[in-house]
Amino acid sequence: MTIIVTDTGFGVDDFPGVIRPLSEIEAIQEGDGVEIGPADDPRALVGVLGQVALIRVRFPAFNDGRGFSHARDLRSFGYHGRLRAAGHVLADQYAMARRVGFDEVEIDEALAQRQPEPQWLARADWRENYYQGRLRA
Amino acid sequence: MYQYNEFDEAFVRSRVAQFRSQVERRIDGSLTEDEFRPLRLMNGLYLQLHAYMLRVAIPYGTLSSSQMRQLAMIAERWDKGYGHFTTRQNIQFNWPRLKDVPDILDALADVGMHAIQTSGNCVRNVTADHFAAAAADEIADPRPIAELLREWSTDHPEFQFLPRKFKIAITGSPNDRAVTRSHDIGLRMVRNDAGEPGFEVLVGGGLGRTPMLAQVIRDFLPQADLLPYIEAILGAYNLKGRRDNKYKARIKITVFENGLDAFKADVEERFARLRSQWSGADQEILKGIEAQFAPPAFRNAPTDEYETVRATNPVFRAWTDVNLHPHKVDGYAIVSISLKKHGATPGDATADQMRVMADLADRYGHGELRVSHEQNIILPHVHKSDLPAVWAILREADLATANIGLVSDIIACPGMDYCALATARSIPIAQQIATRFEELQVEHEVGPLKIKISGCINACGHHHVGHIGILGLDRAGVENYQVTLGGDGTETAAIGEKMGPGFPAEEIVGAIERLVLGYLEIRRDAEETFLETFRRVGPEPFKGFLYGGEETADAA
Repeated sequence: MTIIVTDTGFGVDDFPGVIRPLSEIEAIQEGDGVEIGPADDPRALVGVLGQVALIRVRFPAFNDGRGFSHARDLRSFGYHGRLRAAGHVLADQYAMARRVGFDEVEIDEALAQRQPEPQWLARADWRENYYQGRLRA
Repeated sequence: MYQYNEFDEAFVRSRVAQFRSQVERRIDGSLTEDEFRPLRLMNGLYLQLHAYMLRVAIPYGTLSSSQMRQLAMIAERWDKGYGHFTTRQNIQFNWPRLKDVPDILDALADVGMHAIQTSGNCVRNVTADHFAAAAADEIADPRPIAELLREWSTDHPEFQFLPRKFKIAITGSPNDRAVTRSHDIGLRMVRNDAGEPGFEVLVGGGLGRTPMLAQVIRDFLPQADLLPYIEAILGAYNLKGRRDNKYKARIKITVFENGLDAFKADVEERFARLRSQWSGADQEILKGIEAQFAPPAFRNAPTDEYETVRATNPVFRAWTDVNLHPHKVDGYAIVSISLKKHGATPGDATADQMRVMADLADRYGHGELRVSHEQNIILPHVHKSDLPAVWAILREADLATANIGLVSDIIACPGMDYCALATARSIPIAQQIATRFEELQVEHEVGPLKIKISGCINACGHHHVGHIGILGLDRAGVENYQVTLGGDGTETAAIGEKMGPGFPAEEIVGAIERLVLGYLEIRRDAEETFLETFRRVGPEPFKGFLYGGEETADAA
């Protein structure tokens, strides 16, 4: 079971659609999800952003920060749908994920056990103490 | 000088609390060592050869007297009574205990300081000209922009896990004292034909094992575009930079492998797309920052006594000849305090010395100090009439060495005495060279000469841009020192040229002595510096001095 972390803590995955890899972009239907990895170019999704209901950005390793730029890019392309960081994301990175435009983080049970809910909730205040927010206003 | 506002204060306090929790969670196992590592690095905490090392940022090299006193307190209370000022305007404490580090960070926050992003693969402490707002040759004070960059880069959510570390330097003077061409991004404050302020933006410089000089990516960037443009560079680098090999992960390699044109096209596309996210709030914040850097109340007073003492006291005169720099205000001088006493560890200061310097700043220097990348301390605004008194107090504290810019004003990395990466010792070599030239009594005759020593290929001692660079390597378990010549970190930047085979530790000092004395033989006149002579005659005569055998005296 995977855990979905939001500002209110741990929850279950309630996304009803299928999540396709970027290679199946031709087959995407209204309401589907799509997954991209660090080396993918999210510009490939620009034509289908209106139909996609969820984009899952994979973090194979917590110290590969490309997913943070992918999130910001997807938002700058006008994507307003559900945006998920998935994989090896630390509780200490939760604020970063929210600040670049992710709505939620998907982690596995082992990580959730090692970094339980209170450690994530401790960074649910990601709007506080945020230099970037002041500078962009 | 910049004072933390409520926002800055709340930020650093929350950050200390987070780190305190991270230390606890490392101890209880919530965080693995692999996971804790980048988090402690982001807060300036390294694990070195013998102990933890805490690297504290001195943003754009500016310190108040009260901040300097707090560093002295930290050195005494939690370390061994001294600190080490580094080539990137930081101070390192070499012996803190992990459990004390959150308390040290709180003590730093008490005086508006932190250790955030002094390490890790993120944007590091932004460095600036150490003579900012004092030098006669300056166009504009770079520190308000550097402070804006500090705020922008601090905890930037997109750029905490870059392919590799990222260093930005800024100069407000055409005479580049900030080594901008050796940085990932170098900024030079300029004005366009209409007189509007902006930046020449350089990208892709770096030292390390593949030294490269930064190239111009924009020759004029309007001031208001700075943050979105820098963000576009970082975004392009975050996605394109290599993550498969840490030695090829810096932006200099990204720019080199993709070519400047292709990299620039990527940056410009991002900039065009993201510029509209910036409403101008950053420029309003910049105005507030600028107001905090208003110049002190300079005074108008006679300097006759200074001239009298200078004329009658040759030791004072020698110090004023090399340790002063022209100030933009009549009657004032910029004073460099050498942390390079012959035989001492370059860049080290004891807690007592820190307090002496803080007191001098209060009494004679408008409460302000600077740290240079050359590992010295600067009193940026001293009236000349106060110089005899300042000098007398410095002498008492063993801080009046008259060697700024001379042979013994050596940059050296910590080397194998402290560093886990080092392949050779640096500090003892620097000490021996300085001591030798003191015996020879020629350093004032030799004049400006920058020797820079790195104890491994990562080049923290900036040897690539030393007029004489020394690189310590490990050759089958034996320290071996390679010599490069002709490097230059200023506006006429150049990477030093490698000479022949290296020297063992017991021969390198003699080799440097031969180089310098050889230069004295072939220089055109006393005005021609070592670097100018090298540029005129090329490497061959110098190879002769190093390795002997050939007739070189007539090469000029």
